[in-house]
Amino acid sequence: MDILFQQIINGLVQGSIYAMVALGYTMVYGIMGLINFAHGEVVMIGTLVAISIVTLLVQSGMPPALAGAFGVAGAALVCMALGWSLERIAYRPLRRAQRLAPLITAIGMSIVLQNLAMMIWGRNYMTFPPLIEKTQYEFAGAAFTSVQVMIVVVAALSMSGLLLLVYRTRLGMAMRATAQNPAVAGLMGVNANRIISSAFVVGSALGAIAGVMVGTYYEVAHYQMGFMLGLKAFTAAVLGGIGNFAGAMAGGVLLGLIEALGAGYIGDLTGGFFGSHYQDIFAFAVLILVLMFRPSGLFGEKTGDRA
Amino acid sequence: MSGNGNNGKGPLLIAEGLRVAYGGIQAVRGITFHVDEGETVALIGANGAGKTSTLRALARMLDPAGGSVRYQGREISALPPHRLVHEGIALVPEGRGVFPRLTIAENLAMGAFSRSDKAGIAHDLDHVYGLFPRLREREKQLAGTLSGGEQQMLAIGRALMSRPKLLLLDEPSMGLAPIMVQKIFEVIRTVAAEGMTILLVEQNAKLALETAQRGYVMESGGITLTAEAAALLHDPKVREAYLGE
Repeated sequence: MDILFQQIINGLVQGSIYAMVALGYTMVYGIMGLINFAHGEVVMIGTLVAISIVTLLVQSGMPPALAGAFGVAGAALVCMALGWSLERIAYRPLRRAQRLAPLITAIGMSIVLQNLAMMIWGRNYMTFPPLIEKTQYEFAGAAFTSVQVMIVVVAALSMSGLLLLVYRTRLGMAMRATAQNPAVAGLMGVNANRIISSAFVVGSALGAIAGVMVGTYYEVAHYQMGFMLGLKAFTAAVLGGIGNFAGAMAGGVLLGLIEALGAGYIGDLTGGFFGSHYQDIFAFAVLILVLMFRPSGLFGEKTGDRA
Repeated sequence: MSGNGNNGKGPLLIAEGLRVAYGGIQAVRGITFHVDEGETVALIGANGAGKTSTLRALARMLDPAGGSVRYQGREISALPPHRLVHEGIALVPEGRGVFPRLTIAENLAMGAFSRSDKAGIAHDLDHVYGLFPRLREREKQLAGTLSGGEQQMLAIGRALMSRPKLLLLDEPSMGLAPIMVQKIFEVIRTVAAEGMTILLVEQNAKLALETAQRGYVMESGGITLTAEAAALLHDPKVREAYLGE
């Protein structure tokens, strides 16, 4: 019983991170049908930029929480510029190419970004400095920390902000219209290029915040960390129904829970043959099962276009 | 809506030698036509004659392969597509093209996306709701849940929300029940009477010619006949080919 509740807490925290990253995949896919496989690397760069900024500021005597705020802001700005440039340099020239070309380019960009990060930050694991004091709480026999609480709260705030942007602003309305019918949105005066750039910029900003969350949670970062995180978040987006905002959020949290519960019980279930380090199996089993049995995802809709 | 109802004020739109090609196949073979300010012009012809391609080229949903399009005396065939609505050109596309998962109110707001004059937008929204009271009743409903006829009303209303000078209508009667077609055309005549310049593409030649002042007949990518709408309605060739007589 204790482990159940404990794993649910862990799953929610991990799931909030997946949800934030999954939104980046889903926004771009919803508007231009591209799976931006370099998005995981954008998150990684966000983490590493934040480490550099926070370390520098803390060394010069700034309180960690304030340095953390600057770290998030700096990471977000760098990632927004990076997301914008990715689209501009790598994907826009391929707008009218066959679907496979931008996909392969995305994988290529992911390798480029990994190598770039390796050149800037090196091959070694880097320590993410603590941003807030880590206090341990206990509730119903399960333990959780102030860092975990902060991650869930920041994720909830960021995602609420995104929903406000998408459903309550002119830009958001233009984004939704473009996702549904780009040619007609163009007739209304919507500049599709600007909308596509916005999707990359907003998704990258969320990715940067997620990157700082990952860094504070695991306390380490590395130039290859974006790969697995990106794949998991992509799985979450597919699980929820790629292109669907609510789906990405729900898919992220659900995937976090599946992984945490899977990792918590796999030992018992296999008589100790598999340990919790096999937790990655669950994410990819989910991906395969969803693609086999419900490729449109949990929230995937058959569009209601009536003649 | 804008416009002043003065007919015969000179051409608003002149297309000269307009060509449209899909790959190697020419869908529109260098046609020349014009639309005068305040008039309604019908472009009729059989399925595949190139009518829709012509409209799409004017609205830059596709790039013309050649020829010139002058609007208010200016060449516009090189403008980026999203600028045309700022110039006052609005297209109601074939098949309506409403945004299915936006509400009716949001679809209409998208129609006014190019504008920032809040008072003017509110005024035009009232006007559109006056033309189509059903849209007001269903303001909060998703457009995808509307019937085909209601979607056509929404598509026309959305185009009017940009306060266009030139309204391009592509097959507004397509797939609609006769009673709905009557309603839609009543509104088109109302809008025309308010002074709007309209270029109307229709397969229902009779209805189109009864609504327009002038007409062009298209056949396999070219214009084969042009005259006053009333004259075309009585032309034996047109009657035989397009009016089913």
